[in-house]
Amino acid sequence: MAIGDIITRVDAPTKTTGQAIYANDVNLRGQLYAAFVGATVPSGRIVSIDPAAALAIPGVVRVLTEADMPRPAPSFADLYVPPLATRHIPLQGLEIAHEGEPVAMVLAETLEAAEAGARAVDVVYDAAAFTDPALAEPVDPDPGRGDYSFLDIAEFEKGDAAAAIAAAPVRIARTYTQPSRHSNPMEPCAVIAEWSGGRVTIHDTIQHVAALQGVITGVFGLEMDQVHVRSIHCGGGFGPKGFIWPHQILVPMAARVVGRPVKLALTRAEMYALVGMQPHMVQEVELGADENGRLLGISHIASNETGVTEDYIEFSTVPSRTYYACDAIYNRQYIRRGNVTLPTYQRSPAEGPGSWALGSAMDELARELDMDPLDLRLANYADVEPSSGEPWSSKMLREAYEMGAERFGWRNRPAGGTRDGHWRLGYGMADSSQGTQRYGSSARVRLRADGTAVVESSFSDIGTGSATVMRQIAADILGLDESAVSSREGDSVLPEAGPTWASATVISTGTAVHRAATEVRGRLARLAGWPADAVGVENGALTHEGEARPIRDILAEAGVSEVSGDGTFTPNGGEFSDAGPEGFPSRVFGVIFVEVAVDPELGLLRLRRATGVYSAGRIINPRTARSQMTGGIIWGWGMAAMEQSRLDPVLGRWLSKDLAGVAIPTNADIPELDVAFVDEFDERSGPLGAKGIGELGATGVAAAVANAVYDAIGLRVRELPITPEKILAG
Amino acid sequence: MKITSPKVSRRSLLRGSAAAAAASLAHARQVSAQNAPEESAFEAWIDLRLTVNGQAHALTVEPRVTLLDALRERMQLTGTKKGCNRGECGACTVLMDGRRVNSCLVLAASAEGRKITTIEGLADGDTPHPVQRAFAEADAFQCGFCTSGQIMSAMACIEEGHTGSPEEIREWMSGNLCRCSAYPQITAAVAAAAEELG
Ligand code: FES
Ligand code: FES
Repeated sequence: MAIGDIITRVDAPTKTTGQAIYANDVNLRGQLYAAFVGATVPSGRIVSIDPAAALAIPGVVRVLTEADMPRPAPSFADLYVPPLATRHIPLQGLEIAHEGEPVAMVLAETLEAAEAGARAVDVVYDAAAFTDPALAEPVDPDPGRGDYSFLDIAEFEKGDAAAAIAAAPVRIARTYTQPSRHSNPMEPCAVIAEWSGGRVTIHDTIQHVAALQGVITGVFGLEMDQVHVRSIHCGGGFGPKGFIWPHQILVPMAARVVGRPVKLALTRAEMYALVGMQPHMVQEVELGADENGRLLGISHIASNETGVTEDYIEFSTVPSRTYYACDAIYNRQYIRRGNVTLPTYQRSPAEGPGSWALGSAMDELARELDMDPLDLRLANYADVEPSSGEPWSSKMLREAYEMGAERFGWRNRPAGGTRDGHWRLGYGMADSSQGTQRYGSSARVRLRADGTAVVESSFSDIGTGSATVMRQIAADILGLDESAVSSREGDSVLPEAGPTWASATVISTGTAVHRAATEVRGRLARLAGWPADAVGVENGALTHEGEARPIRDILAEAGVSEVSGDGTFTPNGGEFSDAGPEGFPSRVFGVIFVEVAVDPELGLLRLRRATGVYSAGRIINPRTARSQMTGGIIWGWGMAAMEQSRLDPVLGRWLSKDLAGVAIPTNADIPELDVAFVDEFDERSGPLGAKGIGELGATGVAAAVANAVYDAIGLRVRELPITPEKILAG
Repeated sequence: MKITSPKVSRRSLLRGSAAAAAASLAHARQVSAQNAPEESAFEAWIDLRLTVNGQAHALTVEPRVTLLDALRERMQLTGTKKGCNRGECGACTVLMDGRRVNSCLVLAASAEGRKITTIEGLADGDTPHPVQRAFAEADAFQCGFCTSGQIMSAMACIEEGHTGSPEEIREWMSGNLCRCSAYPQITAAVAAAAEELG
């Protein structure tokens, strides 16, 4: 099996038979079930907690409140936020930062008793006035409130954008908004923790094993080898399983207090209160252009909601300084604080919201210019990275435009507003693009005497197919069949891998696996007495100048049972992470075309078809890659047409903490989707020539849909999601 | 079914047993009128015999235990997943007498005497069921968390004859959410399996 082959997912046998074990499927001897009592007020103080009624329920063992919980070790103060999602840990004091925050934890012998106990705990609050962040004043982020503000820049200036826009013959200035949005992975967060002799074992469902291990050592003042984290399968990440949330700290604390294993699965409602969401955003975009559509100035000012404890920043202005060639650019990020759970990076961070605003504004500019929106993009094609002027690591967006327009039939599409029965058809397009993130990662590959190999690394396969492609990479280098390579992942005892987020896994951990396997091949060559750089592999045999020797024979003759190699990927300057090769800004690119049908009388909006074509480096497994892209496009459709979490302005709680009142795409919403990749190898990204794709598909889609709605019925919706009432009001 | 607590009355059985789902509206009103201390004093256990994947299981549970929690927490049949516990996502889909149900909305007690089939009961030894194979071959999942429910739903969807076109499959598979959004592949898998099972 080789890189670029279509491989069936390696977890198909377990995941189609119910044998794959997720965190909530783990049961430990003597375990207690935990259930939280959530604050019913969005702000204020706990006055009293009466556990008597809960303790009277048969099966309830303990009701833990802040008085019972240990305080974090001094080393807690050294942790960064992130990977800690927030430094505000409930059950450590009496203040309430947001509705639903745990105020007590009921431990019981059965799940039913724990849940009944949680309902029976009597809590008295002194409620305080709360702030709805959607209505709060935008302010500058405070770098002292968490470390989110260090992750990108809050203000960017190149040239004099205001003057350039003011002097431009064609101008538009628009405001785009989007609601808070919860990622709702199908698997609610779950964690089970057990202490034994000063060591703790935690089964969790997370996107980054090492982050939880590190945070737990900080919270409890432990050494790394005293904390064992396992996350073998993760039932969907999309963001809220990336950083470490308070429940992941409270469960091991509780287990330590009671001296028994404690198991907690968040309810669907708690997925709204205890982990973060994509924040509500307001984005002001101003564009100035000449008569030919050349951008003379871009101004993009964004504000996002955040909690009252830390300043989370959604860096949605990134597209304005990276998508199009322009000499005058201004970006600014503000935040609005209020009593909500701290937001988090959610598919797709930064560029997801940013591409919605910029992609809509570009369409409005194209209309103003009476220009095809694709031609407007071509007129502003960024041959170098616009903010720095440096050359891209690789970019084949022109080819993607051409291929996409051809596959979709963009150049000869029917006129917008064409009727099909009671439907009006509309066509829209937008750019998809996401910046590269790479994280330090290591991996080990072990080749055994029987000709099989195993890849070992603590990466988390959250459904993205990483276990499949890591094996594929190793098999390619070692010339083995797919069935001969297995993997061990998602366990902190394995070589440490970077996170599964920000499309970073293949480019980071994949590079480490590639190097580890190459190391093994080199050792094998030395055993065979051949020069390491002149050997090849084929069908389980090492080859050199026309000679072939089976791997098994080489090992047998050398008398070794195994050859193992380690590989690492280290970001520039030995840092924890970087944004691609030094001096060559890196991103992935693409274009999304959609056809929608709008029923203006009923306010209905349907996706008829979509074509996405991407310039994203080498594709390791076209099958899992395709699934990433279609999944992303469907996420984009949800963002465009359905998803919103509304905060009750009186009670300060999410109105529908479920999957019924908050609509997400279902099967019936989604037609066949057309996806393709440009044939590309990014030589600067590493030996694989690959980049990241996980976040790419969801970018640009919301703008393409809004642009298509305008095309269909002449209604410009600047407030997501595009729901029937907005179409009817138009 | 045998109720083992001598103290338990029919009324208290209803009171403790996920009343909103199971009881009539009148009963539900009665329940909401109860205050917390009374609820907390509640205790009852029932002996059940459940037939799951052709195997008889004897268990003693509280009446409020759902079929989903009985499968997962009592019988260690964890292939069936809990995505919402409220009948909204379909992750917990199993077959009850051949029909698909959300097992989070079924009381274990009411499953007695019924034939329950879960994801663990589909394969023939090491040979996967054609629907399972179709899901693997069509790449009809990512994280796999919705997959057990999708496959059980697909079993029923095919049996019901709701596979005449991709549109019909999409409609009749829409009770099963997939946040990874493997929908196009799920539709393809159901179509392929329906074809094979003819
Ligand atoms: S868990 Fe039963 S429908 Fe969601
Ligand atoms: S495969 Fe992840 S939710 Fe469907």
